[in-house]
Amino acid sequence: MKLNYRLIRKIKNQLFMLVIFLSAALVLIPLFLVIKYVFQEGASSLSLSFFTELPKPVGEVGGGMMHAILGTMYIVLLGALIAVPIGITCGIYLCEFSKSKLSKTLKLTVDLMSGIPSIVIGIFAYLMVVVPLKSFSALAGGVALSIIMLPIIIKTSEEILKLVPNHIREAGLALGLPRWKVILFIILKGSISNLLTGIILAISRAAGETAPLLFTAFGNMYLSFDLKKPMATLPVQIYTYAISPFKDWQRQAWAGAFVLMVLILTMNLFARFLLNKIKDKKGF
Amino acid sequence: MSNIEMKEKVILEAKNLEAWFGDFQAVKGINVSYGEKTINAIIGPSGCGKSTYLRCLNRIHEEIEGTKVHGEVLLEGKNIYDKKIDVVDVRKRIGMVFQKPNPFPSMSILDNVVIGLRLQGITKRSTLMETAESCLKKAALWEEVKDKLNSLGTSLSGGQQQRLCIARALAINPPVLLMDEPTSALDPIATAKIEELMNEIKRDYTVIIVTHNMQQAARISDYTSFFVYGKMIEHGLSSDIFTNPKEKQTEDYISGRFG
Amino acid sequence: MVKLNSKTQDALLFYALRFISLLVIGLLLFIIFILFKAAWPAIIHNGLGFIIRTEWNPIENQFGALPFIFGTLVTSFLAVLIATPVSIFVALFISEYLPTQFSRIISTLVEMVAAIPSIVFGLWGIFFLSPLMKSTLAPFLKTYFGYLPIFSGPSFGIGILTASLVLSVMIVPTISSICRSIFELVPQHQKEASYALGSTKFEMIKMAVISPSLSGISSAVVLGLGRALGETMAVTMLIGNSPLISKSVFAPAATMASVMANEYTDANTPLHVASLCYLALLLFLITFLSNLFAKTIVKNFSKIG
Repeated sequence: MKLNYRLIRKIKNQLFMLVIFLSAALVLIPLFLVIKYVFQEGASSLSLSFFTELPKPVGEVGGGMMHAILGTMYIVLLGALIAVPIGITCGIYLCEFSKSKLSKTLKLTVDLMSGIPSIVIGIFAYLMVVVPLKSFSALAGGVALSIIMLPIIIKTSEEILKLVPNHIREAGLALGLPRWKVILFIILKGSISNLLTGIILAISRAAGETAPLLFTAFGNMYLSFDLKKPMATLPVQIYTYAISPFKDWQRQAWAGAFVLMVLILTMNLFARFLLNKIKDKKGF
Repeated sequence: MSNIEMKEKVILEAKNLEAWFGDFQAVKGINVSYGEKTINAIIGPSGCGKSTYLRCLNRIHEEIEGTKVHGEVLLEGKNIYDKKIDVVDVRKRIGMVFQKPNPFPSMSILDNVVIGLRLQGITKRSTLMETAESCLKKAALWEEVKDKLNSLGTSLSGGQQQRLCIARALAINPPVLLMDEPTSALDPIATAKIEELMNEIKRDYTVIIVTHNMQQAARISDYTSFFVYGKMIEHGLSSDIFTNPKEKQTEDYISGRFG
Repeated sequence: MVKLNSKTQDALLFYALRFISLLVIGLLLFIIFILFKAAWPAIIHNGLGFIIRTEWNPIENQFGALPFIFGTLVTSFLAVLIATPVSIFVALFISEYLPTQFSRIISTLVEMVAAIPSIVFGLWGIFFLSPLMKSTLAPFLKTYFGYLPIFSGPSFGIGILTASLVLSVMIVPTISSICRSIFELVPQHQKEASYALGSTKFEMIKMAVISPSLSGISSAVVLGLGRALGETMAVTMLIGNSPLISKSVFAPAATMASVMANEYTDANTPLHVASLCYLALLLFLITFLSNLFAKTIVKNFSKIG
């Protein structure tokens, strides 16, 4: 009887381990499948013309997504242009005045903001920019993406600035510098390369967003750099092609997904790698 | 206790100086005068408030939340805690070197030295270069770094970093230099180097140094104060304090009976 | 030029920083206000009955949101149901079973999944998972569990289950990375104390790792739910987009996010647009509340822990 009980415990333990290993495999398999599938389908559909040509009219085989690649870069940079200064400013506030009431409210705001469904942000940007300008536009897309990037940039900036030890601040103050100069010219300036990590992370997130661009930047079959006109982006172009009935467009959607994923995963891994390095070194 | 005879002109003076962390009083009624171009050591068991006291002398203590300071500190006869005085002007005249070497991150050796001047609006390159060279020489670092002024300050060794911090503090030319256990994080060779350079800079500056190392205090200082529990027990010529202390507590401490 | 005293200079920077921070807080409130304003005509027209009516017919000006709320809730809960045990096991695998040098690699790999854009998941779902569902998974489920009403009816590949499966893959990294960071907070001596009682590893994990982390795990699950509720593209591409409430998980449906993605640009009556904004407002509120809920659990958790 006693032996039996011990055996049962042992079996339970082994079973549990099995379940855990299986689940790990279960998670890694889809990841592997997605990557494998995208690489396989994407790489085989990829050609030089994908990067250098515009889409061909329906029915004609060939063409590329040059306009969408450039469009994605344009809109993401536009979004970063809005979100980076505001985000870093808030990061400084959170780091330097962390005990104030406003800081706590801002932290909650950031958490809630990062939880807003991206499609809702798209609708907001539509109402704010597309309706008054009476046209879908790159600007509206940039505004939408900036709201997506903002919480990420605020959070990482705060974390990174907090890594600057307090005695560095004191050393600055002890030189007879006013606090604002210590913050801007010693702490912020000294952290610029680290802050870049947060920006890369935010950009890698924003570059893959489709939903907020559907009715802001909308899409365009031609190359455009006009802020006030619709602009193609890689994710929206992939979406349009993916749900189309044309085999050649579907192939191009795969090529687009491949390019997008390589781009995003590279940026993301790079930022993570830097972030780990910074944290290991405690910054300095 | 502090009314000893001093041949030097008084440059810095504390009057009834008290300091708190929240409700905890760390510094209690300090009265003392420091003479121009002397080295003054502050010794005492850890937690005796000597660092806090030092940090009151350039008003850096108040940067910690929930702290307060009462009393006066007179720099050349003017109270630095006067409401009309701008705190940055105080700190420009009373420099500080910290326990842990703390060169500014991602800044070159050169920038570390001249950043204080530059952020005060002095941008003329020749002036900055001259200052950098003379301060690095005073800090006995020039020979070691003159060929790599553009490498990062943080790339230096611990001892070199601390000398860089001394050069940085000297660059704004403060008549008084506070040092908060500047060698406690360093090895004996680096410590010896710093003690050596302190003897040099004494010609132009008044130094007040907190140290936990009594031999160091005896070696380098002209005057020594002994602190226990936020009070100054004794202050006098170092030669007197270490050979012939007046107070029983001082004697016990320097002979190693407590602390 | 007037020379300002350093206190005044510092105050200037302080107020500038404060101003920008207030602006960001204001932005969140402004988003709520704008959505509310845009939804107002639909709120007047539909009232609160909007959330229980089932008819969605823009041409007839009939707007009932229940099918979308149903679709959103069902897909999200199903996804959480699938993802939660797996995520916890993966977190345990990384924190308790793997040697440190591997655990960093594997946890990075798992978190990479979170970085994959949802459009890529959608694409993968359309061309890989949904044919697989139609040819293999659905027939399998029907053969063995066909007597259950949720597995009744034909499968066309796309539908609730396909969307939920992809959603669950997408939220695993969210849940498991939070769980892992919670598990890593368990002090080594508590684990050793449990081993000292003669526990097997399984019993140690149950006693020393899982039970003190329960509230943290639930907050991770709620955060995962929040992500699933708002997810748009992958679901839009895989759910079939018909505003139906059916008992089978093979049936097509629509979610609040998917109907917005599909109809917003084509909506041409003001009431249709306003009703979609009404949906956006509701979706916003649901995710807002679930995230707030998760935050409060974490807060209470950190108070105890």
